[in-house]
Amino acid sequence: MIKGDTELKSEKDNEEEKGYSLTETEDELVIILGGEIDHHRALKIRVNIDTEIAERRPKKLVMELSRINFMDSSGLGLIMGRYSKMQVLGGEFVLREPCEGVMRIIRLAGLDKIIKVEKSENEKESNKNEARKNK
Amino acid sequence: MRQEKINEMSMKLPSRSVNEGMARAAVAAFCSQLDPDASEVADIKCAVSEAVTNCIVHGYKNEIGIIYITVSLYADRTIKIEIRDRGRGIEDVKKAREPLYTTDAENERSGMGFTVMESFCDKVRVVSQCGKGTKVVLCKRLRKR
Ligand SMILES: Nc1ncnc2c1ncn2[C@@H]1O[C@H](COP(=O)(O)OP(=O)(O)O)[C@@H](O)[C@H]1O
Ligand SMILES: [Mg+2]
Repeated sequence: MIKGDTELKSEKDNEEEKGYSLTETEDELVIILGGEIDHHRALKIRVNIDTEIAERRPKKLVMELSRINFMDSSGLGLIMGRYSKMQVLGGEFVLREPCEGVMRIIRLAGLDKIIKVEKSENEKESNKNEARKNK
Repeated sequence: MRQEKINEMSMKLPSRSVNEGMARAAVAAFCSQLDPDASEVADIKCAVSEAVTNCIVHGYKNEIGIIYITVSLYADRTIKIEIRDRGRGIEDVKKAREPLYTTDAENERSGMGFTVMESFCDKVRVVSQCGKGTKVVLCKRLRKR
């Protein structure tokens, strides 16, 4: 039990240090972003993700956005930068589960027209319900 | 008719990036007196974050200066937020406001800051003078509750 606690803690420390957490499977590297993505945090996150890309050479890079509760145009820079990086490396790049607030700013910049955005069925359903409610 | 000002708050802070979160949170907290809804709070935070970040990365590029913020609340539920720096200023404001225009692409600026401010606020005024600094005034009228 004690071991479990320390493991949990070190994982969390790691996340705080890098600015995100990460999962890797055979075919994709998933960067899980959370909290507030602004210029201050984007700086650090960018450097760390790029190190990750250089070391792991993923075929597909996924940025999982569902845990973000604030993002400004610095986040757009972060996304566009990693997208171009994956383009150069000939890999795939995907944005996953942005909340409505994040999606709005992605749309504003037209990023959804050039980058694939994946949303789960659940999300789509609840969006429809939301839309119905707002009518 | 000029609307009655019901409250005002001023703050100044050094142009360190760690203050970006503080600045938008403080402005949002002050505006909460007018009982904005969640999406209005999100709009205000994002617009303020853009203007403050611009002071830090463009106005005071390679130096630390002071950012001045004043928030005024009006009886008709209008919020006016002034964000000012005494930095390098903008040569061509019209051009700077165009979507995707940036002078700092190498640092992954997206050039979408002014576009975000414009789409999340009702009015954005920019006054700037080279070598003197830049003032951005954001106006947003909250919906009736
Ligand atoms: N406070 C400021 N001081 C000096 N230049 C500024 C300031 N704010 C904006 N600018 C100029 O306007 C341009 C566009 O700003 P913006 O739309 O926020 O895009 P970005 O910050 O991504 O470059 C900047 O690249 C910069 O040249
Ligand atoms: Mg900007």
